[in-house]
Amino acid sequence: MIETVVFYILAALLLGMGLLVITRTNPMASAVGMIGAFAALAGLYLLQSAPLLAVLQILVYAGGIMVLMIFVIMLLNLRDEDMGSLRAKGVWVTGALLGITSVVFGQVFLVIFPTGQWKNAVLPEGFGSIFSVGEKIFASYLFPFEILSLLLLTAVVGAMVLAKRRL
Amino acid sequence: MDLLMPIGPSHYLVLSALLFIVGTAGVLSRRNLFVVLMSLELMLNAVNLTFVTFSRVNGEMTGQVVALFVVAVAAAEACVGLAIVVALFRLKETVDLDMFKSLKG
Repeated sequence: MIETVVFYILAALLLGMGLLVITRTNPMASAVGMIGAFAALAGLYLLQSAPLLAVLQILVYAGGIMVLMIFVIMLLNLRDEDMGSLRAKGVWVTGALLGITSVVFGQVFLVIFPTGQWKNAVLPEGFGSIFSVGEKIFASYLFPFEILSLLLLTAVVGAMVLAKRRL
Repeated sequence: MDLLMPIGPSHYLVLSALLFIVGTAGVLSRRNLFVVLMSLELMLNAVNLTFVTFSRVNGEMTGQVVALFVVAVAAAEACVGLAIVVALFRLKETVDLDMFKSLKG
Protein backbone atom coordinates (compact mmCIF):
# COMPACT_ATOMS: atom_id res chain seq x y z
CA MET A 1 0.00 0.00 0.00
CA ILE A 2 2.70 2.44 1.00
CA GLU A 3 4.65 1.42 -2.11
CA THR A 4 1.62 2.26 -4.26
CA VAL A 5 1.36 5.75 -2.78
CA VAL A 6 5.09 6.40 -3.14
CA PHE A 7 5.01 5.15 -6.73
CA TYR A 8 2.19 7.50 -7.70
CA ILE A 9 3.85 10.47 -6.02
CA LEU A 10 7.15 9.78 -7.78
CA ALA A 11 5.42 9.14 -11.12
CA ALA A 12 3.50 12.44 -10.88
CA LEU A 13 6.71 14.26 -9.95
CA LEU A 14 8.57 12.65 -12.85
CA LEU A 15 5.96 13.47 -15.49
CA GLY A 16 5.37 16.97 -14.08
CA MET A 17 9.06 17.75 -14.16
CA GLY A 18 9.32 16.27 -17.66
CA LEU A 19 6.53 18.56 -18.85
CA LEU A 20 8.27 21.47 -17.13
CA VAL A 21 11.41 20.67 -19.16
CA ILE A 22 9.65 20.82 -22.50
CA THR A 23 7.33 23.79 -21.83
CA ARG A 24 9.58 26.49 -20.29
CA THR A 25 11.13 29.11 -22.57
CA ASN A 26 14.11 29.69 -20.30
CA PRO A 27 16.54 26.76 -20.59
CA MET A 28 17.57 27.36 -16.99
CA ALA A 29 14.05 26.49 -15.77
CA SER A 30 14.20 23.39 -17.98
CA ALA A 31 17.48 22.39 -16.35
CA VAL A 32 15.99 22.69 -12.88
CA GLY A 33 13.02 20.59 -13.99
CA MET A 34 15.47 18.05 -15.36
CA ILE A 35 17.20 17.72 -11.98
CA GLY A 36 13.81 17.16 -10.32
CA ALA A 37 13.00 14.47 -12.89
CA PHE A 38 16.30 12.73 -12.16
CA ALA A 39 15.60 12.78 -8.42
CA ALA A 40 12.18 11.19 -9.02
CA LEU A 41 13.77 8.56 -11.27
CA ALA A 42 16.31 7.75 -8.57
CA GLY A 43 13.41 7.13 -6.18
CA LEU A 44 11.76 4.83 -8.73
CA TYR A 45 15.01 2.88 -9.13
CA LEU A 46 15.07 2.42 -5.35
CA LEU A 47 11.53 1.02 -5.51
CA GLN A 48 12.70 -1.38 -8.23
CA SER A 49 15.54 -2.60 -6.00
CA ALA A 50 18.37 -0.95 -7.94
CA PRO A 51 20.09 1.10 -5.21
CA LEU A 52 23.43 1.39 -7.03
CA LEU A 53 21.71 2.77 -10.11
CA ALA A 54 19.73 5.23 -7.97
CA VAL A 55 22.92 6.61 -6.42
CA LEU A 56 24.68 6.81 -9.79
CA GLN A 57 21.64 8.53 -11.31
CA ILE A 58 22.04 11.36 -8.82
CA LEU A 59 25.85 11.42 -8.97
CA VAL A 60 26.32 11.22 -12.74
CA TYR A 61 23.17 12.91 -14.05
CA ALA A 62 22.30 15.57 -11.49
CA GLY A 63 25.89 16.04 -10.33
CA GLY A 64 27.74 15.73 -13.63
CA ILE A 65 25.70 16.12 -16.80
CA MET A 66 23.25 18.74 -15.53
CA VAL A 67 26.00 20.82 -13.90
CA LEU A 68 27.86 20.80 -17.22
CA MET A 69 24.68 21.80 -19.03
CA ILE A 70 23.89 24.64 -16.60
CA PHE A 71 27.50 25.77 -16.90
CA VAL A 72 27.23 26.02 -20.70
CA ILE A 73 23.82 27.76 -20.48
CA MET A 74 25.34 30.42 -18.22
CA LEU A 75 28.50 30.62 -20.35
CA LEU A 76 26.55 31.50 -23.49
CA ASN A 77 24.59 34.21 -21.63
CA LEU A 78 21.53 34.12 -23.90
CA ARG A 79 19.34 37.13 -24.51
CA ASP A 80 15.58 36.72 -24.24
CA GLU A 81 15.06 36.84 -27.99
CA ASP A 82 17.49 33.94 -28.60
CA MET A 83 15.52 31.54 -26.45
CA GLY A 84 13.64 29.94 -29.34
CA SER A 85 9.94 29.30 -28.92
CA LEU A 86 7.74 26.34 -29.79
CA ARG A 87 7.45 25.31 -33.41
CA ALA A 88 3.80 25.76 -34.35
CA LYS A 89 3.95 23.08 -37.03
CA GLY A 90 6.09 20.85 -34.80
CA VAL A 91 3.45 20.77 -32.08
CA TRP A 92 0.78 19.50 -34.48
CA VAL A 93 3.06 16.95 -36.11
CA THR A 94 4.16 15.77 -32.67
CA GLY A 95 0.61 15.42 -31.42
CA ALA A 96 -0.55 13.47 -34.46
CA LEU A 97 2.50 11.23 -34.47
CA LEU A 98 2.29 10.45 -30.77
CA GLY A 99 -1.44 9.80 -30.93
CA ILE A 100 -1.09 7.35 -33.80
CA THR A 101 1.93 5.68 -32.24
CA SER A 102 0.36 5.24 -28.82
CA VAL A 103 -2.88 3.81 -30.21
CA VAL A 104 -1.20 1.38 -32.61
CA PHE A 105 1.61 0.48 -30.26
CA GLY A 106 -0.75 0.11 -27.30
CA GLN A 107 -2.97 -2.35 -29.19
CA VAL A 108 -0.04 -4.42 -30.41
CA PHE A 109 1.43 -4.39 -26.92
CA LEU A 110 -1.82 -5.60 -25.34
CA VAL A 111 -2.20 -8.38 -27.89
CA ILE A 112 1.33 -9.68 -27.43
CA PHE A 113 1.50 -9.25 -23.66
CA PRO A 114 -1.88 -9.53 -21.91
CA THR A 115 -2.17 -7.56 -18.69
CA GLY A 116 -0.68 -9.09 -15.60
CA GLN A 117 1.48 -11.53 -17.45
CA TRP A 118 4.64 -10.35 -15.72
CA LYS A 119 5.30 -11.18 -12.11
CA ASN A 120 8.27 -9.92 -10.19
CA ALA A 121 10.77 -12.67 -9.54
CA VAL A 122 11.96 -13.62 -6.08
CA LEU A 123 15.18 -11.71 -5.64
CA PRO A 124 18.47 -13.27 -4.57
CA GLU A 125 20.38 -11.81 -1.63
CA GLY A 126 22.02 -8.44 -2.36
CA PHE A 127 20.20 -7.84 -5.66
CA GLY A 128 21.34 -4.57 -7.25
CA SER A 129 23.94 -3.83 -4.59
CA ILE A 130 27.29 -2.40 -5.62
CA PHE A 131 28.97 -5.74 -4.96
CA SER A 132 26.70 -7.90 -7.08
CA VAL A 133 26.43 -5.40 -9.96
CA GLY A 134 30.21 -5.00 -9.96
CA GLU A 135 30.63 -8.75 -10.07
CA LYS A 136 28.23 -8.94 -13.00
CA ILE A 137 30.07 -6.21 -14.92
CA PHE A 138 33.56 -7.56 -14.38
CA ALA A 139 32.68 -11.24 -14.76
CA SER A 140 30.35 -11.13 -17.78
CA TYR A 141 30.58 -7.69 -19.39
CA LEU A 142 34.25 -6.82 -19.19
CA PHE A 143 34.71 -6.22 -22.92
CA PRO A 144 31.78 -3.76 -23.32
CA PHE A 145 33.05 -2.03 -20.19
CA GLU A 146 36.49 -1.53 -21.72
CA ILE A 147 34.96 -0.34 -25.01
CA LEU A 148 32.99 2.17 -22.93
CA SER A 149 36.22 3.64 -21.56
CA LEU A 150 37.42 4.09 -25.16
CA LEU A 151 34.13 5.79 -26.01
CA LEU A 152 34.52 8.22 -23.11
CA LEU A 153 38.09 8.99 -24.17
CA THR A 154 36.91 9.68 -27.73
CA ALA A 155 34.15 11.95 -26.39
CA VAL A 156 36.62 13.95 -24.30
CA VAL A 157 39.01 14.43 -27.23
CA GLY A 158 36.12 15.17 -29.59
CA ALA A 159 34.63 17.78 -27.28
CA MET A 160 37.97 19.52 -27.00
CA VAL A 161 38.53 19.52 -30.76
CA LEU A 162 35.03 20.88 -31.35
CA ALA A 163 34.92 23.57 -28.70
CA LYS A 164 38.47 24.91 -28.66
CA ARG A 165 38.96 28.06 -30.66
CA ARG A 166 42.46 27.29 -31.90
CA LEU A 167 44.14 23.93 -31.47
CA MET B 1 -10.35 -0.11 -7.99
CA ASP B 2 -7.68 -0.60 -10.58
CA LEU B 3 -5.56 2.40 -9.65
CA LEU B 4 -4.80 1.31 -6.11
CA MET B 5 -3.81 -2.20 -7.08
CA PRO B 6 -0.34 -3.28 -5.96
CA ILE B 7 2.23 -1.76 -8.26
CA GLY B 8 3.38 -4.22 -10.92
CA PRO B 9 5.80 -4.08 -13.82
CA SER B 10 3.08 -2.80 -16.17
CA HIS B 11 2.78 0.42 -14.15
CA TYR B 12 6.47 1.09 -14.61
CA LEU B 13 6.32 0.26 -18.31
CA VAL B 14 3.42 2.65 -18.88
CA LEU B 15 5.23 5.37 -16.92
CA SER B 16 8.36 4.83 -18.97
CA ALA B 17 6.37 5.01 -22.23
CA LEU B 18 4.78 8.28 -21.07
CA LEU B 19 8.18 9.74 -20.21
CA PHE B 20 9.50 8.68 -23.62
CA ILE B 21 6.54 10.43 -25.28
CA VAL B 22 7.24 13.61 -23.29
CA GLY B 23 10.86 13.47 -24.44
CA THR B 24 9.88 12.92 -28.07
CA ALA B 25 7.48 15.86 -27.91
CA GLY B 26 10.31 18.03 -26.59
CA VAL B 27 12.71 17.01 -29.35
CA LEU B 28 10.17 17.54 -32.11
CA SER B 29 8.50 20.73 -30.96
CA ARG B 30 11.22 22.91 -29.40
CA ARG B 31 13.69 25.18 -31.18
CA ASN B 32 16.11 25.81 -28.33
CA LEU B 33 19.16 23.55 -28.68
CA PHE B 34 19.52 23.11 -24.92
CA VAL B 35 15.94 21.99 -24.44
CA VAL B 36 16.29 19.53 -27.33
CA LEU B 37 19.40 18.04 -25.71
CA MET B 38 17.61 17.74 -22.37
CA SER B 39 14.59 16.08 -23.99
CA LEU B 40 17.01 13.58 -25.51
CA GLU B 41 18.26 12.80 -22.01
CA LEU B 42 14.66 12.29 -20.90
CA MET B 43 14.18 9.70 -23.66
CA LEU B 44 17.34 7.87 -22.63
CA ASN B 45 16.14 7.82 -19.04
CA ALA B 46 12.76 6.42 -20.05
CA VAL B 47 14.55 3.53 -21.74
CA ASN B 48 16.67 3.03 -18.62
CA LEU B 49 13.53 2.72 -16.52
CA THR B 50 12.33 -0.06 -18.82
CA PHE B 51 15.65 -1.87 -18.49
CA VAL B 52 15.49 -1.68 -14.70
CA THR B 53 11.87 -2.88 -14.67
CA PHE B 54 12.65 -5.97 -16.72
CA SER B 55 15.73 -6.59 -14.64
CA ARG B 56 13.41 -6.68 -11.61
CA VAL B 57 10.90 -8.94 -13.41
CA ASN B 58 13.51 -11.51 -14.35
CA GLY B 59 15.50 -11.26 -11.12
CA GLU B 60 18.57 -10.86 -13.31
CA MET B 61 20.99 -7.96 -13.07
CA THR B 62 21.93 -7.68 -16.76
CA GLY B 63 19.30 -4.98 -17.23
CA GLN B 64 20.88 -2.85 -14.52
CA VAL B 65 24.31 -3.31 -16.09
CA VAL B 66 22.96 -2.17 -19.47
CA ALA B 67 21.30 0.81 -17.77
CA LEU B 68 24.67 1.75 -16.27
CA PHE B 69 26.24 1.57 -19.73
CA VAL B 70 23.46 3.78 -21.08
CA VAL B 71 24.23 6.35 -18.38
CA ALA B 72 27.88 6.39 -19.47
CA VAL B 73 26.94 6.75 -23.14
CA ALA B 74 24.55 9.58 -22.20
CA ALA B 75 27.40 11.36 -20.44
CA ALA B 76 29.56 11.09 -23.57
CA GLU B 77 26.67 12.28 -25.72
CA ALA B 78 25.98 15.31 -23.50
CA CYS B 79 29.66 16.22 -23.51
CA VAL B 80 30.00 16.16 -27.32
CA GLY B 81 26.56 17.74 -27.79
CA LEU B 82 27.41 20.70 -25.57
CA ALA B 83 30.74 21.15 -27.38
CA ILE B 84 28.80 21.31 -30.65
CA VAL B 85 26.42 23.88 -29.10
CA VAL B 86 29.36 26.06 -28.06
CA ALA B 87 30.95 25.80 -31.53
CA LEU B 88 27.64 26.63 -33.23
CA PHE B 89 27.01 29.58 -30.92
CA ARG B 90 30.45 30.93 -31.76
CA LEU B 91 29.61 30.70 -35.46
CA LYS B 92 26.06 32.10 -35.50
CA GLU B 93 25.51 33.80 -32.10
CA THR B 94 22.24 31.91 -31.55
CA VAL B 95 20.95 28.56 -30.22
CA ASP B 96 17.77 28.63 -32.30
CA LEU B 97 17.71 25.39 -34.29
CA ASP B 98 15.86 26.95 -37.23
CA MET B 99 18.80 29.31 -37.82
CA PHE B 100 21.09 26.41 -38.70
CA LYS B 101 20.02 25.52 -42.22
CA SER B 102 23.17 25.79 -44.35
CA LEU B 103 22.86 22.11 -45.27
CA LYS B 104 19.24 22.45 -46.37
CA GLY B 105 19.03 21.89 -50.14
